[in-house]
Amino acid sequence: MSRFSPYDNNGGSCVAIAGADYCVIASDTRMSTGYNILTRDHSKIYKLADKCILASSGFQADMKALQKLLAARHLIYQHQHNKQMSCPAMGQLLSNTLYYKRFFPYYTFNVLGGLDNEGKGCVYTYDAVGSYERVGYSAQGSGSVLIMPFLDNQLKSPSPLLLPAQDAVTPLSQSEAIDLVKTCFASATERDIHTGDNLEIVVLNAGGIHREFMPLRRD
Amino acid sequence: MKLDTTGLESALPLFGANCQMVDGFTAAPAFELPTTLDFDGFQKEAIQMVKPAKGTTTLAFIFKEGVMVAADSRASMGGYISSQSVKKIIEINPYMLGTMAGGAADCQFWHRNLGIKCRLHELANKRRISVTGASKLLANILYSYRGMGLSVGTMIAGWDETGPGLYYVDSEGGRLKGPRFSVGSGSPYAYGVLDSGYRYDMSIEEAAELARRAIYHATFRDGASGGVASVYHVGPNGWKKLSGDDVGELHYKYYPVTPSTVEQEMVEVSAA
Repeated sequence: MSRFSPYDNNGGSCVAIAGADYCVIASDTRMSTGYNILTRDHSKIYKLADKCILASSGFQADMKALQKLLAARHLIYQHQHNKQMSCPAMGQLLSNTLYYKRFFPYYTFNVLGGLDNEGKGCVYTYDAVGSYERVGYSAQGSGSVLIMPFLDNQLKSPSPLLLPAQDAVTPLSQSEAIDLVKTCFASATERDIHTGDNLEIVVLNAGGIHREFMPLRRD
Repeated sequence: MKLDTTGLESALPLFGANCQMVDGFTAAPAFELPTTLDFDGFQKEAIQMVKPAKGTTTLAFIFKEGVMVAADSRASMGGYISSQSVKKIIEINPYMLGTMAGGAADCQFWHRNLGIKCRLHELANKRRISVTGASKLLANILYSYRGMGLSVGTMIAGWDETGPGLYYVDSEGGRLKGPRFSVGSGSPYAYGVLDSGYRYDMSIEEAAELARRAIYHATFRDGASGGVASVYHVGPNGWKKLSGDDVGELHYKYYPVTPSTVEQEMVEVSAA
């Protein structure tokens, strides 16, 4: 008799790429359970602050709960400090929020994208319990093992640990980065059963937030 | 079991003096615990999901000029390399470092928490906390969570009034003082190089090179270690990062490719 499991994996992949003055966050919109597709247009991307977007794959119920909690904490922050939270600050808040449930984790694999205080693109990548680091690009979710090697090949950014320090953001332009993301998902859709249907791309730059969609294979 | 949740309480209540609003936020955040007897077995898949990345190599040793701390930067989840740029040397405060081995989130969170506690100690006692004291704070917290699945294998290195200090602290509750430690899956390899090359009276450059080579050799033989070898030095004025070298490039620095003499050159044949 199998025990009740409070978790489920709804599949999907998320990607974020940081540029010199922009950040691209993208995810597919398929929500599945096991071999069944529950819906083809479920967004995994959520705007937490003006300069901060969260994309989470994994268990969507936990993702919803996490989004609500972070949105509420952001509102409190705005009331107390009279300004929006910066992306690095939200990055730390997300890490702590995930770790508070260390013994009953949120089954979400998160990527946080946005602009830092200097206007440069920043991407934070997380594991399920809150360990995080700032990177130049990241992929999470069921297609991450397919997408990450490709991004490593195209964008290999020098490690931030190297001394003398080298810049981690990609030299690509915004439109090149968007094309790269579309290529990533087109390929991941071919080989990952949980990725597909529609691709939602959100671009964050000094001019604001811009959203576009691209259809993916629905099989 | 009394859990040490002081690390989770914030000094100021979220709403200041006026606490009538949302009750759920004024309560000090505490870990939600599942209502079950079997902690470690609860949600075995969840535990697998947060499977700690013990694949790592970190080392630290005391010598004449202070403490040398070095680590690789690879994080692995099973066979997949989840990151090649993990910061495994955590800067607790300007004169104390902690190393990360085991669960990345566990180490990050509790080291940050330790930094907070050390700062509070400074403010309350008007002097810096000793390495002994800091490592004891961390060890006590980890001991109170013993058996609940935390995975932390860390070294606390610092310089206080008594000189250089180095402690090994782990999630089983162990705390050891010693002159040389290496933690992680690559530690046997690192110990081999470290123990054979160690002398107390080395210069900073010699000690840094020893640490770097020990990490390099561990990454060479251990599949779970790799990335960038970072080397830090803790002296009387605090810590300073000395180097961060990609281990792939270190390999060719230590073992350069010697061009061999070619006896007969192959000539391009035109496709005719």
